[in-house]
Amino acid sequence: MRMGRYLVPLAFLIVWQGIASSGIIPEYKLPSPAAVMAAFGELIMTGMPPGHKLPSHLLMSLYRVALGFFIAAAVAVPLGILMGWSRRLQYLISPLVEMVRPVPPLAWIPLSILWFGIGIKSAAFIIFLGAFFPMLLNTIAGVQSIPKILLEAARTLGADQGNLLMKVLLPGALPSIFLGLRIGLGIGWMTLVAAEFTGVKSGYGLGYMIMTARDIQRSDEIIAGMVVIGLTGLLIDALIRKAEAKLLPWQ
Amino acid sequence: MGLELKGLTKTFPAQGNGDEVEVLSGFNLKLDHGRFLSLVGPSGCGKTTLLRIIAGLEPASRGEVLLDGAPLRPSTTETGLVFQQYALFPWRTALQNIEMGLQFKGVDVEQRRREAMEYVEAFGLMGFEHRYPKDLSGGMQQRVAIARTLIMQPKLVLMDEPFGSLDSQTRNNMQEFLLGIWEKRRDTIIFVTHNVDEAVFLSEEVLVLSRRPARILAKFPVEAPRPRDRTSAENNQLRKVVLDVLRSEGPPPPV
Repeated sequence: MRMGRYLVPLAFLIVWQGIASSGIIPEYKLPSPAAVMAAFGELIMTGMPPGHKLPSHLLMSLYRVALGFFIAAAVAVPLGILMGWSRRLQYLISPLVEMVRPVPPLAWIPLSILWFGIGIKSAAFIIFLGAFFPMLLNTIAGVQSIPKILLEAARTLGADQGNLLMKVLLPGALPSIFLGLRIGLGIGWMTLVAAEFTGVKSGYGLGYMIMTARDIQRSDEIIAGMVVIGLTGLLIDALIRKAEAKLLPWQ
Repeated sequence: MGLELKGLTKTFPAQGNGDEVEVLSGFNLKLDHGRFLSLVGPSGCGKTTLLRIIAGLEPASRGEVLLDGAPLRPSTTETGLVFQQYALFPWRTALQNIEMGLQFKGVDVEQRRREAMEYVEAFGLMGFEHRYPKDLSGGMQQRVAIARTLIMQPKLVLMDEPFGSLDSQTRNNMQEFLLGIWEKRRDTIIFVTHNVDEAVFLSEEVLVLSRRPARILAKFPVEAPRPRDRTSAENNQLRKVVLDVLRSEGPPPPV
């Protein structure tokens, strides 16, 4: 039964290889899985553009996402706890949040280039916008989901406001905060390519690599780059789940 | 000296219309230190509201709560409250729940851990101190909650149907356990229950409350010797008398 999970992906690869080998679709549009594997090797050994190798692209992308993500978390979590705690604060702030939230992060690209120029700041800003709102909303929901009776129990045990915040609201909201971090990081990673499309002049980054491959019609390298993005996203999500299981053993 | 309630009155806005519901109306009570008092009464009569006001979780509309002659401050640890639903912090182990109040007070880790371990031992929680509440039985969870309250050495312990969610066997065990603890420590306890057997078995005095607004219908001292015998003739006799008074309140009014 465990093997069953891999049946569909395997069948997908076989069909893909079959279509590619049959020559119905020209190879520059649809390279075979084998060609993508070869391109993958080429990206590691030679690089795209030559000299700019895959590991460096990946590291630069991770660095940009980490920067945007951590800044977003550092703002969203404390703000979310305060907004979840104080009805008045939520009343004051949420109209602005609700107005900005539906704007897709990509729509910020022109303004972000104007503000931050082409470079890491601009890319990090786009990722920040993608990651910020899910983290904020989940933190607020986490605080509001804490049963009132726990706050009362804490008060009867002599908790002051600081205790309530740090010893009850924060730990009580952690499961929801983690969910927000996972969603935020996922979205941050997804906006990466678009962010790097614009916000890059260093010549590194998975998005930059893919765009360069497109310029010379290397669809095999484009797909190899997409696979790396997908697998890395999967890996990051698994890591957060692991950390969550370790940090929240009471769940 | 002890607890004194003077003319405690509490009204809530009624649902729907602009009327007010009076839950307590000029409630008076005096309780000396070291007494174990039970309050029994029909459900919805205002017992819980009374405890919540004394615990400082709700303001009274009128009247005063005095402990040793001084008004109680809200969020004070002079009173402790044990909830029916345990209200343990799920992200803290049994030990961490028990030491939480000491942590709020700023007691350093080593000392509060040492004190909490004494309670772990006295409350039969040895071997379970590092478990999270979800991995404890209902009886154990409530023992953690009681230990968490008593470790603060409150001058007044309030218990709101603490055994109401337990099955009857566990409930009996917990009653005997609480009696054992009380006979050693002699805390001042107000114990709210709608279980007459429990009130008669545990306390020094049973107050029967009326439908709301809660008035004291009758006061029964319980003079049975300790250790108590659940099935003794005098115990049964007192249960009957208390039940008769409760029954005299009649069926609940239509809602």
